[in-house]
Amino acid sequence: MSGLHPARPFPEAAKSEVNNPQLRANLRKVTNTIREKRLRAVGELPHWEELRVLGAATKDASLAHLSDRLLELEASVKARGGHVHWARDAAEARELVAQIAQGHGVTELIKVKSITSDEIELNRALDAHGIHAIETDLAELIVQLSHDTPSHILVPAIHRNRAEIQALFNRELGDPEHLSDDPAVLAGAARRYLRQKFLTTKMAVSGANFAIADTGTVCVVESEGNGRMCVTLPEVLVSIMGIEKVLGTWEDISVFMELLPRSSTAERMNPYTSFWSGVTPGDGPQEFHLILLDNGRTDVLADEVGRQTLRCIRCSACLNVCPVYERAGGHAYGSVYPGPIGAILTPQLLHMDDKNANTLPGASSLCGACFDACPVRINIPQVLIYLRGEANGHKGTTLESVAMGAARYAMSEGWRFEGAVKLARAGQGPLVHGGQITALPGLLGGWTQSRDLAPFPPQSFREWWREREAEGAGGEP
Amino acid sequence: MSNAEARLEILTRINRAVRDRDVPERPAYPRAEGQSRADVLHTFEDRILDYRAGFVRVSPDGVREAVRAALGDARRVVVPDGLDPAWLPDGLDVRRDTPPLTHAQLDGVDSVVTSCAVAVARTGTIILDHGPGQGRRALTLVPDLHVCVIHAHQIVPDVLDGVHAVAGAVRAGRPLTWLSGGSATSDIELVRVEGVHGPRTLRVIVVDG
Ligand code: SF4
Repeated sequence: MSGLHPARPFPEAAKSEVNNPQLRANLRKVTNTIREKRLRAVGELPHWEELRVLGAATKDASLAHLSDRLLELEASVKARGGHVHWARDAAEARELVAQIAQGHGVTELIKVKSITSDEIELNRALDAHGIHAIETDLAELIVQLSHDTPSHILVPAIHRNRAEIQALFNRELGDPEHLSDDPAVLAGAARRYLRQKFLTTKMAVSGANFAIADTGTVCVVESEGNGRMCVTLPEVLVSIMGIEKVLGTWEDISVFMELLPRSSTAERMNPYTSFWSGVTPGDGPQEFHLILLDNGRTDVLADEVGRQTLRCIRCSACLNVCPVYERAGGHAYGSVYPGPIGAILTPQLLHMDDKNANTLPGASSLCGACFDACPVRINIPQVLIYLRGEANGHKGTTLESVAMGAARYAMSEGWRFEGAVKLARAGQGPLVHGGQITALPGLLGGWTQSRDLAPFPPQSFREWWREREAEGAGGEP
Repeated sequence: MSNAEARLEILTRINRAVRDRDVPERPAYPRAEGQSRADVLHTFEDRILDYRAGFVRVSPDGVREAVRAALGDARRVVVPDGLDPAWLPDGLDVRRDTPPLTHAQLDGVDSVVTSCAVAVARTGTIILDHGPGQGRRALTLVPDLHVCVIHAHQIVPDVLDGVHAVAGAVRAGRPLTWLSGGSATSDIELVRVEGVHGPRTLRVIVVDG
């Protein structure tokens, strides 16, 4: 399982990924399907724009009071008989889960799909302790059995087709029947395999979509029912959540239950959502642990432009509308967070001096579709441009207001930025000295008043892609 | 490892990060215009059918017959404490959950009949707060068929109404399960497959009056 760290720079990884015709065909089909469905689901709801504004403001309010919210959450979970742990980084979080498992003599546990657990590379760490974590989400199970990594937040096995899954299940699940490639048959095989695990496994690990401070309530949103199984049937439950997932009061959950399913799977509501507060006598796990994970989030919070990234509710809407993601696929981002959200979140969590992660803000055409789709109005293009500046700038300096003014102006209309970049590129020849641009005319001049700027790449992603298409590299129009 | 140390450090980092942050104004919750009761009920029916779940509307004296029909071939039925006994047809092998059934026993049951706490029309969502007549969470999870009997007055127009309706239960520490149709996955080539792990079939009976 790959964690946060990209092993290669984005442009290099993208080049090899776009040559996979299976991946591209699947991606195109899935993103197009979800994109169209999402527009219908969103269009059906009156006040969608007002709900987005409210969702963004609700998250911002929580983040502005984050320490109070977390302390309140801790107190209310404890008051309901749960345990609360704090983890500064991935290693601390992994160690906490392993210790709890070892305390119960557990060598096998079941897991609800959780990107946060992938972020900390939990499964590999548990393996090293002799503990096997079984993924119970169908797509995650496919990914796990094939020793692969997820390529989409919502549909992690989006890059696999039914024939591959058929071969995999026939080999790995030890089913006496030979399975056909019918998705229903394959899902049935996973059901049989996992049923016994659900009924008999002592411990489960989950993530959390939201947690509510005043009631100590944790929430898991899902479709298959594997989440309900994991948070209900085992004796011990551990939930790992990023500190930004906390909300203030129970009533705050409403707007997100309106925004999330429609943005994510384009449904009016996802089939199942579970809410629990600590331990309920006689119902569900009688031991509950909540792990609050920082792992770079407080650094994101400290950044005035970047902090809006923490509003993200991991709906994946931005992936499905992104022309770069559609072509390059999730693996090109090299991180558990792919797509536009990954392009801004990963480098911020890892810091801009991570030499592979700092290529991610370039993984965008800046077309603005991600901002329009985002249910909590994260201005992804704005953060991308800002991070590009950070990647180019001297370490330790912050962008000055004049540069920010240029970015804001450029972003106020997408074409203006694209146009400005083209102009800058066309005209940059005489301005490059020793690989750095020291003065830039026109719209983007503000950028260079406070810093040197690496030359614009000779092509935008879009142009680069068009050229590849013309060369017939990808096999599809 | 010192957890107290981690806790203090994270809280310190947060406080440093948000030191001079303004607290943003939050706009009012946008609400749709009021719908008539008939419209609300109609919307709910439409959503349930859209989820390919069973739906039937009956008068109070029709519930027993509707439950019989909804159970179909299922013979072994688990019912939670507090369920209206008048809803249950004769001739069933009815299991009670007191003392609590083991996971294995529950796995041997075909179906479950429950009531609910509230239902949301716009999204077709049934909310269980696991109070009387609803049972602990495992009851509506392990059996393959879930028959849910809902009084028409329990159906509210919107998600926010549903959230308000169960606020008391959440503040009392009770867990919630939100159901919108049955278990489903689209993980293989985006082909929808119904019934992965939760109950494969959901049948809804709405009781008028
Ligand atoms: S950035 Fe916005 S659109 Fe993308 S996953 Fe997060 S909430 Fe969804």
